[in-house]
Amino acid sequence: MDPRADILPLVLDDVSFEINGMRLIKDLSCTFEAGPRTAIIGPNGAGKSLFLRLCHGLLTPSAGTIRWAGPDGADPVAAQAMVFQRPIMLRRSVAANVDFALKLRNHGKPDRTAIIDEVLGRCGLRRLKDNPARVLSFGEQQKLALARAWALKPQVLFLDEPTASLDPAATHAVEEIVQAIHHEGTRIIMTTHDLGQARRLADEIIFLHRGRMLEHAPTETFFTEPKNDLAQAFVKGELLWWKLGKDNRRAGGYEVDKAPRRRN
Amino acid sequence: MNDISDAFAAAFAMVAGFDKDLAEIVGLSLEVSLSAVFIAAVIGLPLGAATALFRFPGRKVIIVLLNAFMGLPPVVVGLIVYLLLSRAGPFGVLGLLFTPTAMIIAQVILVTPIIASLTRQVIEDLWREYEEQMRSLGAGPVRSLTALLWDARFSLLTAILAGFGRASAEVGAVMIVGGNIDHATRVMTTAIALEVSRGDLALALGLGLILLVLSTCVNGAAFLIRDAAQKRHA
Ligand SMILES: Nc1ncnc2c1ncn2[C@@H]1O[C@H](COP(=O)(O)OP(=O)(O)OP(=O)(O)O)[C@@H](O)[C@H]1O
Ligand SMILES: [Mg+2]
Repeated sequence: MDPRADILPLVLDDVSFEINGMRLIKDLSCTFEAGPRTAIIGPNGAGKSLFLRLCHGLLTPSAGTIRWAGPDGADPVAAQAMVFQRPIMLRRSVAANVDFALKLRNHGKPDRTAIIDEVLGRCGLRRLKDNPARVLSFGEQQKLALARAWALKPQVLFLDEPTASLDPAATHAVEEIVQAIHHEGTRIIMTTHDLGQARRLADEIIFLHRGRMLEHAPTETFFTEPKNDLAQAFVKGELLWWKLGKDNRRAGGYEVDKAPRRRN
Repeated sequence: MNDISDAFAAAFAMVAGFDKDLAEIVGLSLEVSLSAVFIAAVIGLPLGAATALFRFPGRKVIIVLLNAFMGLPPVVVGLIVYLLLSRAGPFGVLGLLFTPTAMIIAQVILVTPIIASLTRQVIEDLWREYEEQMRSLGAGPVRSLTALLWDARFSLLTAILAGFGRASAEVGAVMIVGGNIDHATRVMTTAIALEVSRGDLALALGLGLILLVLSTCVNGAAFLIRDAAQKRHA
């Protein structure tokens, strides 16, 4: 398939996902058009990783539909890639990990060698290329997972906390790589716990809380005047689980103690 | 006491001098067991990997049977193969009874469940780890299967060596279907059993020593390979 296949927009319509009767994603509707970068934020266990897996097609919604509405939307797999929260490394060398992914997309040998050299170089892994991938440090593995996804030149790239265990310099490097991928025309949909990163990298923010999308707004608007109280509390660094645990009220009617403001 | 030390001395002399009879027996043993393990691996590796990866009707039954057959008593397998290959049996016309081929068939039946079961366990664990990544990359069943077999190669080699250990050590099946015929179907284990009953302790001991060294080497190799693989691929 042409790596520049056009599968966007991605349309989620009233999507719910449950396991053993627990509803982990609730009534979620949104559309991802080509262009802007999206950051999904929210507390631990909010459902961010599940949300990415649903979009990527690794999970099937229990209710509602997810579809790629673009002209090539019928065959979306080859036009996407994902970097998981815990990098999954094949028991092979660093270079062979990238090579495996490229072979699956039917790249010829000279082509593969050139791409491997380029992405490993830009991710700062060139000197490790013959090392076994599984003995890399966690941060190096994360960079390799990113390099492997980048090598595929997907139209849509899902990133699940791509800098979660990186040092500041590596975080900066990865952010630059994400920017570069964005400039090559790849649609970025990522999660992060780093609000500064969300500001730097994203054009729009989705705020998830307990499986619900409570806010979907341009980055600027979200950080300056979040409409939802929980989003507001989250941005200010308040402990949502503690507050919710205390009086156990539903998200919709929840009020922040310090700055009471009703959701509307 | 003297008998035993004499036997040891004679055994060492035989081994050291590459006694012709001894070499023939050792050679046939290796030929039979290696062929059996090779065929069992060709059947067992894909079978084990497929039961790990795919959900198909009858999968659970196959898994239970493979596990149960890991400990099949060799004499029973020998008996069944004997009945199948005997003149009155369904495959009697092939005239395979009391040939090395019959012995290989019996050992394939003994070893395949071992290799298949161990393969299934190894591949199942690896698949649990790889599944999302493989699906994300768009790897189909065949590509996933070959990637898993390749990435698990060190663990699978130990599974194959375990099969070889079983094949080279068993006596019951090859005795029944091979008949322990001199210069035709006599292998190390059957020769040891025979020579002990005849009182030729030197030959029995010599063969016993070789068998011991062989199985120690196989186990040592299995350990070293695993160890090296673990160091390299964590
Ligand atoms: N296979 C599963 N079985 C049961 N519950 C699950 C399963 N997978 C996820 N969950 C639950 O779904 C919720 C959302 O999980 P998810 O991994 O999407 O959270 P997250 O927002 O990515 O959190 P984090 O910020 O910690 O990565 C969690 O409460 C989790 O316990
Ligand atoms: Mg997560």
